[in-house]
Order: sequence, then structure tokens, then C-alpha cells
Amino acid sequence: MSGSALSFARRRRFGNYFWIGLSALLSVGIAAILLLILVYVFYQGVTSISWAFLTQVPHPVGVPGGGVGNGILGSAVIIAIATLIALPVGVLTGIYLTLFAPPRLAGALRFAADVLASVPSIAIGLFAYEVLVAPFHHFSALSASFAFSILMMPLIIRTTESAIRLVPTDMREAAVALGATELQTLFRCILVAARPGIMTGLILAVARVTGETAPLLFTAFGSQFWVVNPNQPMAELSLQIFTYAISPYKVWHNQAWGGALLLIMAVLTLSLTARIAFRGKVTANL
Amino acid sequence: MGDGATTTWAAGSGRVSRPESGLARHAFMLTVKAATAIFALIMAGLVLVLVSGSWASLRHFGLRFLWTSRWDPVANVFGGLPFIYGTVVSSLIALLLAASIGILSALFLAEFAPRRLSGLLGILIELLAAVPSVVFGLWGLFVLAPVVQRDIGPALQAAFGFLPIFKGVIYGVNMLTASLILTLMIVPTVMSISRDLISGVPGRYREATLALGSTRWEAVRYVVLPMVRPGVFGACMLALGRALGETIAVTMVIGNRPSISASLFAPGYTIASAIANEFTEATSDLYISALIELGLLLLVISILINAAGRLFLARLDRDGGRA
Amino acid sequence: MQIAPSTRNETMLETTAPTDAEAGVSVRHLNFFYGSNQALRDVSVDFRAREVTALIGPSGCGKSTLLRVLNRMYDLYPGQRAEGEVLIDGRNILGPGVDATSLRRDVGMVFQKPTPFPKSIYENVAFGIRLHEKLGRAELDERVRWALSRAALWDEVRDRLNASALGLSGGQQQRLCIARSIAVRPEVLLLDEPTSALDPISTLKVEELIDELKADFTIVIVTHNMQQAARCADRVAFFYLGELVEIASAEDLFTRPREKRTQEYVTGRFS
Repeated sequence: MSGSALSFARRRRFGNYFWIGLSALLSVGIAAILLLILVYVFYQGVTSISWAFLTQVPHPVGVPGGGVGNGILGSAVIIAIATLIALPVGVLTGIYLTLFAPPRLAGALRFAADVLASVPSIAIGLFAYEVLVAPFHHFSALSASFAFSILMMPLIIRTTESAIRLVPTDMREAAVALGATELQTLFRCILVAARPGIMTGLILAVARVTGETAPLLFTAFGSQFWVVNPNQPMAELSLQIFTYAISPYKVWHNQAWGGALLLIMAVLTLSLTARIAFRGKVTANL
Repeated sequence: MGDGATTTWAAGSGRVSRPESGLARHAFMLTVKAATAIFALIMAGLVLVLVSGSWASLRHFGLRFLWTSRWDPVANVFGGLPFIYGTVVSSLIALLLAASIGILSALFLAEFAPRRLSGLLGILIELLAAVPSVVFGLWGLFVLAPVVQRDIGPALQAAFGFLPIFKGVIYGVNMLTASLILTLMIVPTVMSISRDLISGVPGRYREATLALGSTRWEAVRYVVLPMVRPGVFGACMLALGRALGETIAVTMVIGNRPSISASLFAPGYTIASAIANEFTEATSDLYISALIELGLLLLVISILINAAGRLFLARLDRDGGRA
Repeated sequence: MQIAPSTRNETMLETTAPTDAEAGVSVRHLNFFYGSNQALRDVSVDFRAREVTALIGPSGCGKSTLLRVLNRMYDLYPGQRAEGEVLIDGRNILGPGVDATSLRRDVGMVFQKPTPFPKSIYENVAFGIRLHEKLGRAELDERVRWALSRAALWDEVRDRLNASALGLSGGQQQRLCIARSIAVRPEVLLLDEPTSALDPISTLKVEELIDELKADFTIVIVTHNMQQAARCADRVAFFYLGELVEIASAEDLFTRPREKRTQEYVTGRFS
């Protein structure tokens, strides 16, 4: 009796250490994989990066040099236009659902935003294709922006909502007590206080689409040239990485690593900025 | 999740503010409602447009589309089974791995790790979710795939070679590599939601369990974790949704061969990667329509899974995870 | 009902110093720190076996802290540490090499708010037993029944042992937690304001229960409520600013306090 009870206690103690140890190992391991990927991308990519790489268009295979300059420009154009669409729609919808919508409608909108946030980006790409590419018979940066804006909206809506909710009621009541009208209270008090939170949402949304590739395949399509007309097919950085990576040429693989380094730095900078600058201010929970 | 937050503006201040001079308020409300309408229209349009785009294929193949596996653009015959199979298998394996790793690491971060270590590891794991899909694909293709072919594959085959899933020639780009990459991509989702839920369990339950003479692991495993089980389940559903729809990284490492093989070492294909690879090359209207139908399928599955996942999370949120 | 004495010592002690039947728990020169804040100052006190000792004093006086030293609950939190000695059965439980897990089997604790696990009533009680002992089905059933009877809950729940414990009323939940604690057959039972979240009738039941239980256990109860201390404690210890001011029989402490601070407190001059 005593012996078996002791070994039972010992087994329990061993189980305790085993599981805590395993959980520690797995957390450290997963975190280490991130570092591993970062270090590897840096190691492979840093040799490709040069002034020419940043400022030139891709060269055909066999012609040395060339870069992803048009891809960087394309990313900027496409994301800028997407932001112009998503920001007003997202913030206004967020305002409506937080402050004006009847509770059931607000619940439905919130749910819709959450579900939309997790719809596969490729399906959204197909949607953009059917709406803005097929009817006009040509690919365009605009259709890519449209797809990106749909990816950004739910994030902006939900962060706008939580940012507005975090504005203390006292502050609103103080504004009202001063005789401010409803809209004055909204614009001069609530939105001013909520602005950092909304900015966080915007940065996270931009970070999200910066790393997106799938919807671009049949919207922006890609290009070998400098294009600024959003009604034309346009190059985009992550799309260029994809094309280079699956090509059979070693030199193009190097270009892909270089592009990946740029991309990952951009995305991580955006994510960390949102995280550090506005820590704890909003909960996007996506 | 601020859903339970108390006062909306209108309710909280009881609209005591001075009413606007009619016109400005009307204009403002109109703008706000228009924006909301645009958002709602996009939601509805997404489904409608994909239904109409896949109409030809839906009519032509009907339900057969879901369980026939001949995908032949030349003969204009399309059956989506290999893609469905590849999607489901790669995602489920990823979910299995990510749930185990994600829940255990969530426990470590919420319960066992010193606070600063927990914060640091938490940030690193969450940043993993921010790594662009194409970078995962690149790394998977040039780093992970060779390792799978050279080391992981043979090791698994040596140990478990009698299982059909580990038989046959080992390719580098295969179902297993795709599953592993997907695992890395969805672990942060499981980890970060679970960790927040676990941290939300009131401390007195841990103490009450420990006071009975439990070890720390026993307290966590038998009391804390069961209290948040529905929420963790919801987190896993969200992760599964993400895995099902993941496109670029999978396309780069799965091998893109539309055949059904029991072996995880053989190349496969997923719905998303089929669309990514073939859409711009599809020539006939029926071909395009069949690809859009694949997209519709993906959309519907992911909406259902996400809605279910969020309902689980919301239920826990309402009950507050407390007794 | 006497608890089986034969299995008592196997998890407890390697040193078998002669036990002082009077002192179930002896606290010697105990200092406790939350980081650099000292919460207990040179506290020495005996909790006698088969007696109820109540700890009273204003908030922050250290009475709950003392309770959490007795089962080493403070171990969980980095930065908290105890100096001095706490002897249970002659062994210093603060010493090195003491396994907190088996210590807590011998020192049970019930908390301010009820903490039923989201399991059935039966499983709640069986949970602690299963941690320590491998019992057959019949033995386990018997022990669960014993614990629930001892906690004066059996008659109310005998027909719904498999129903969720969350469906019980607050008072029933607290008695369930007491049943869960005594089911592992501890020697000492620590009660941390066990009735502060309960209504008066439930409070009364728990107080009656405490009176019953002292036949088997050394009981230490922290309470805010001086009437409660007067009703159920044999002896009462008054703490102030981390110091033990005085300990005496309930009657003496409330009617003839030796210390001025005690007097001021029990007559409600400060709180």
C-alpha cells in the first residue's frame, strides 16, 4: 500500500514536470521558428538588395541585374487606393454599428465583419475578378485595390468599434454638458479620442494586405514595366516574389529572397508599430 | 472582445445632447448609413457573384462535382474531389498539430512561464501570424521541403513505414510539407486566443485545485482547461478556417498534382491552389465556372466554420467562462 | 466519525518528531514578505488540534496571508516569501524538501467565493480523492457519500449526484467545496472568509457545520465578522498591521481583552 502510494505520487510529480517541460519546449520552439525564418530570409536576401534592386524593373532571364522597383511602386499604389476605399467605409460603418445601429443590427454587422475577416482572400480575389475584371476584359490595379479594401474593412470596422467604446463616458458627457451637439460631440470629442485606436486598426489592415498575394493573381496580374495607371495591370512586390520563387532560375530565386526580405521587414515593422505605439488600446481579436 | 461593453453613446448619454439643426444630422446619418450599406452590399455580393459565376458548372455537373475526381480541361470535364481531399487532409493535419502545440504553448505562457518570458514568447509567436504567406511559401519551398525529403520523411518512414500514410516515394513538395507550413501559420491563432481565455479564468479556481493537493499541471489540465474548452474549440475552428483558405504558401509547397494518394509523401492539390494556378489559364467558360465553383465551395465552408467558431467563442464570452 | 488513522503518515513525514497533541499547527517567528512589503511580523501562534481558531482583524492585517502560508499557497506567486517556522506534526513545512502537493493534501482550504468545478457534484468530490488515491468504485462512492454527509449536503444532493455542481445554490456550493476538501481527509482545514459571499441562512448552516467538523479537524478560519468568530471559534486571534496582538478564548477576547488595540477593535472603535 505504502509503496504503491509513493510511486503514484512520484508518477504525478513526473507528469507535472513532463507536461510543463513539454509546453515550455513547444512555445520556445515555435518562437524560435519565427527567428529562424527571419534570420534565413535576411541571410539569403541581404545580398540581393542594392540600389538597383530597389529602383529597377525586372530584367529578362539571362540579363543580369534588374529589380523590384515597379513592384514596390505597385504595392504602394494598390494599397493606397485600397485604403482610400476601406478607410471611410470601415470607419463610418464602425461608427454606425457602435453608436446608431439598433442592437440586433449591430450584432449582425459585427458578426458579418468577423466572418468577412476570415473569408479566404482567394475567394475575395474571384469576387473582384467577376466584378471589375471580367466585365472590362482586362486586369487592373483597381480591381486589386478593391479586393484589398474588402480584406481591410472588417479590421477597420472592429477596431473603430472598440476604439469608440474605450472613450470614457465621462468625456462624452462633459462635451454634452458644455452644450455640444450630437455631431460636435462625435467629431470633436469621441473621434479625436478614438483616433489612435482607429490608426492602429488601419496599420494592422495595411500590414495584412501588404502580405497578401492570392487575390492579385487575377486582379493586378503583374507587369514587367513601370505602371502608374490604376486601370492597367500592375506589378506588386509579393506577386513578384511568388513568380520568381516558382521559376526554375537560380538568379530569380535570389531576387525572390531579396523581395521577401523587403516584404517581411515592411510587414513586421507595421505590426510592431501598431503593437508598440498603441499597446492595449484596442482589441482587434482577429 | 468588447461586445459586452456597457454603454453605447445613444444609450449611455440618453441623447441629452442638443439636437442638430436638422440638415447636418440628416446628411451625416445618410453618409453613415450609406457606408454601412456598401459594406452589407459587399457581403451579400460576395456570395451572389460567386454563385452566378459558378452557375454554368453548378448546372452542368450538379452534386457530382463534389465526389468525382476527373479534372480534365481538354475534355471539359470537371470533378473537384482531389482538391477537396487535399484541402481537407492538409488542413486537418495542420489543425491536429497546431491545436496540440497551440494549446500547450498557451498553457505555458498563461500558467507556467515567468511574466517577461511569457510576454516575449507571446509576441514572437503572434508575429508568426504576420509573416506574409509568400514568405512562408518561399521558406517552405527552399528550406523545409528539402528537410522533409532528406530527414523528416525517411525518419517517419523508418519508424512508421507500415502505415499507408507514410508509404511510397518521398517527394519534397508534398502533403506533409504543406501541412507543416499550415501548422506554423495557424498556431498563433490557437495560441493567442487560448492564452487569453486561460488567463481569464479566475485565480481562485487554480488555488482551489492546488489546495486539494494537485500539481500545477493537474490544476491546469483538469480544472482550468475544461473551463475554457468551448472557447478553445472555437479558436481551433477559426484556425481551421484559416488553413482551409490559405493559398499561396500551400501552392508553393504541396506539389499541385490533382490525384488522391493515401501517402502524405505524395504531392497533392488544394482548392485554393487550384484556383491560384489555373484561373488565369482557364480557357473555356465552363472551366472558369468550375474554378469559381471551387471558390464558392471554399467560401461557404469557411463562412460556416468561422460562424461556428465565433458562436463557440461568443457563448463562452457570454457565460464569461465562470461558474 | 473518526477518519482512518492508518493511512495518515505515508505522505506526510519523513521526520517523526513526537507530536504535541495540543498544538496541531505551531507557527514560530513567522515573517512574510510581498516583495519588499512585510505583511507578517514575527508571528508565533499555536492552532490546537480539534479546535476552531478564528483570525480577526482589519483588512490588510495579515490574517489571510497567514492562512496562505499554512498550505504554502504563496508558492505560486514569485516575490512572496516566508521566514520562520510552521510546524505541523513536528515538521517545519517551510523547510526545504517539503512537497507542497502532499502538504496540501494534509492541509485543506476553502475560499471566500465558492469554487465548484464545472463538473458533476459527484466528480467535484471525487476529484481530490483521485489525485491521491486509487480507490475502487465502491470505496470511492463510499468516500464521496461520507464527505457529502460530513458536509451536511448529502440529503440535499443524493438524488442528483450526476447533476452539474454549478446548479447548486451559493450555500450548497460552499458546502460542496467543504466536502471536496475533507474528502481527501486532511488534518487541518483552512477557511478563508467562507461565508462572506453567502446569505444569512446559508451562513448559519456553514457555521453549524464548522462546529461539527472540529471533532475531526484542526480548523483555522479567517473572518471579518466578529459575531461569527464569537459563535464558532474556541479561540480567537486578533491581528493588526501584520502582528498578532493577542490570542485568547473567544469569550475572553471579546469581553476581557488584554490589549488596548483589541479592545478598540472589538468595540468597533476602528475597523
